[in-house]
Amino acid sequence: MPMKNTNETITDFTQTVPIDQVGVESRVARLNSRSIKKESKIEALKMALSMIDLTTLEGMDTEGKVIQLCQKAMKPHASLPDLPTVAAVCVYPNMVKVAKERLKGSGIHVASVATSFPSGMATLEDKLEETKRAVEYGADEVDMVISRGKFLKGEYNFVFDEIQAVKEACGDAHLKVILETGELQTYENVRKASDLAMQAGADFIKTSTGKIQPAATQPVTLVMLEAIRDYYYETGRMVGMKPAGGIRKAKQAIQYLVLVKETLGSNWLTPDYFRFGASSLTNDLLMQIVKQQTGVYQSLNYFSND
Amino acid sequence: MKEENTDIQEKPFKPSSPTNRLSFKAEWEYAEAPESTDHISIEDRYGLFIDGKFIEPEKGRYFKSINPANEEVLAEIAEATQQDVNKAVEAARNAYEKTWSKLEAKERGKYIFRIARLIQERAREFSVIETMDGGKPIRESRDVDIPLAAAHFFYYAGWADKLEYAFPGKEVTSLGVAGQIIPWNFPLLMLAWKIAPALATGNTVVLKPAETTSLTALKFAELCRDAGLPEGVVNIVTGAGQTGSHIVDHDDIDKIAFTGSTEVGKIIMKTLAGTDKKYTLELGGKGPNIIFEDAPIDQAVEGIINAIFFNQGHVCCAGSRLLVQEGVADKVINKLRDRMETLIVGDPLDKNTDVGAINSKQQYEKINEYLELGVDEGADIFQSSADLPDNGYFCKPTIFTNVAQSNRIVQDEIFGPVLTVQTFRTAQEGIEKANNTPYGLAGGVWTDKGSKIFRVGQNIDNGVVWSNTYNQFDPTSPFGGYKESGVGREGGLHGLYGYVKFK
Repeated sequence: MPMKNTNETITDFTQTVPIDQVGVESRVARLNSRSIKKESKIEALKMALSMIDLTTLEGMDTEGKVIQLCQKAMKPHASLPDLPTVAAVCVYPNMVKVAKERLKGSGIHVASVATSFPSGMATLEDKLEETKRAVEYGADEVDMVISRGKFLKGEYNFVFDEIQAVKEACGDAHLKVILETGELQTYENVRKASDLAMQAGADFIKTSTGKIQPAATQPVTLVMLEAIRDYYYETGRMVGMKPAGGIRKAKQAIQYLVLVKETLGSNWLTPDYFRFGASSLTNDLLMQIVKQQTGVYQSLNYFSND
Repeated sequence: MKEENTDIQEKPFKPSSPTNRLSFKAEWEYAEAPESTDHISIEDRYGLFIDGKFIEPEKGRYFKSINPANEEVLAEIAEATQQDVNKAVEAARNAYEKTWSKLEAKERGKYIFRIARLIQERAREFSVIETMDGGKPIRESRDVDIPLAAAHFFYYAGWADKLEYAFPGKEVTSLGVAGQIIPWNFPLLMLAWKIAPALATGNTVVLKPAETTSLTALKFAELCRDAGLPEGVVNIVTGAGQTGSHIVDHDDIDKIAFTGSTEVGKIIMKTLAGTDKKYTLELGGKGPNIIFEDAPIDQAVEGIINAIFFNQGHVCCAGSRLLVQEGVADKVINKLRDRMETLIVGDPLDKNTDVGAINSKQQYEKINEYLELGVDEGADIFQSSADLPDNGYFCKPTIFTNVAQSNRIVQDEIFGPVLTVQTFRTAQEGIEKANNTPYGLAGGVWTDKGSKIFRVGQNIDNGVVWSNTYNQFDPTSPFGGYKESGVGREGGLHGLYGYVKFK
């Protein structure tokens, strides 16, 4: 464990928590061998659906597309009215108002990316301004990116202060901190960035923007979950986890749920503490749910593309 | 044994120790996922496999093989007496003289390759039977035992016609008939460890599986027949210790290979003293698993779990003594306890089971005696809260803290899912504690610092020291013990030595 400073709360981030790559990957492989069948599979599929941050983050997003997405969020599949809704709709700041309006009364959160997503290459003032604006427009959750350049350069205090400032700018909105693990190079850096983000006040830590490959992977997620666990052991505060990008299949989603269940326990298995940043995952989950109920796979044409 | 009489979080080593606990009382439970047994055929009764045929035992005595997970009888197994062992040795001697030693090495290799491929082809069948007969989780027999058994045959098949490269500048010949006695913890895998190098070097075999786990060896006999292996090259005689002693005592056997307890190993060594039989013994262990404070802790915790709860702790190289540096002791124990809560104990055939059934009633009772002994010795016991099935022999994953080097639970090989936890301050102390045992089979060192791995690893008197991992096996790697953990090496190039003599 890194050394503690005298004030007992802030870690010396120049110290590194050792992570064994081989061990992490073999643990993931072992958890992937869990066999999830029958009722537990149906439950998992529905749970995964309820944890989705339905996302559209394209330069060519339109109001129409966001509205479509909100409809899907509220009623994922018309022929199965009893399904849970997704957890949130995640958009760029300029689409927050549209989504907020459309989701009114549904209980579904609006999440907005901010702080010059996806690169984070902007001044702190601009980032704070953007965050405040997103919250003002009605965002319940803010997904910020960290300054990876500063992090890799070893300027941990800069990154820490930035997250803290954004957290403050969020007010009551929940803050998800995107580490962009695809740019952090090592599991030890992932661990360090996770510790740093949590201590700076993150409500959630999130793997990726989805714009960089690799995006979310299970080993990276496990390292982050273990960081969350240690932080919980130390402080008693539960921080949420959001893998994002590259999770397209129901089978993968269930593997992630197993990871959470066996690392952090049942308290994290709710949309309050675990989310999937995904879009095409929704339809695969729906397809599998329908398959479990009818025994046959339906054509993709029966599921709305939003 | 059910109540936790001491709660570690209430009396931590340091005031700063974390106290928050995770909850694994999940609403989302995994549904049962049992491996199907429909495709398995087990005969009601098995004879002895001698000279390529299954034959009745001379005295007509049979004993029952029990599924330890539900106490149901799986089959009746023949008990081989002196006459039967004589017959088997005679068949092996004949096969050695007439066919096997005369065969071109390349041809020997082909047979062994064929056996390896047949094991792969029938892997599912072998895994399921191994699990039913021995109680180990299907995940392990499917992912570890059977693939490794096939790998051993593949590996030694390759050596068959390359012995001149294995022993450069020397000429070697086979020994003759090898008598082999294997334990119940890895039935087919131990069979492979024994038979593959013996055949590759040109010997013939009389093998006795353990009396509680004979089925896969008998299935293997069928497989030898299917492979067209010349009659008498592999003979399987079943029975308990008495049958084993007939093999050890037999005049016409040239080599004894034994894996089992140190107690029996000593008896065998005494019997063989003064004879010209070669022998290799792979015996007990009380493996030290040493965690330094600069170790990758989460992976180390996983390593501790794999070291002691793999195969219900029925592993001679199990990491059954945890030695953890005091600075991280609280943290490691806390994490270990939470991790133990996620171990699924139960039906070995369920694909999600992590800890299966204890192999036999006898072993089950022995483990329970040690649990009581541990409490009597004043150690603090912690067991996972897993619900155990009503039938069958099951034991909760258990750790003992607050133990001393002088406790019997620290000294004796328990051979069950029971871990003792001790702390140490300096590396020197860790090494001393690790070596303060008559055993010397295997151990682990966990640290992020490469130089420490070598410095500590070299000073532990163990045949195997794993670093930042545990219980990794490969046919190319030699395995064996120091001190009372055995004589000779199995696996790898070293594994050939036990089955050849130099001209």
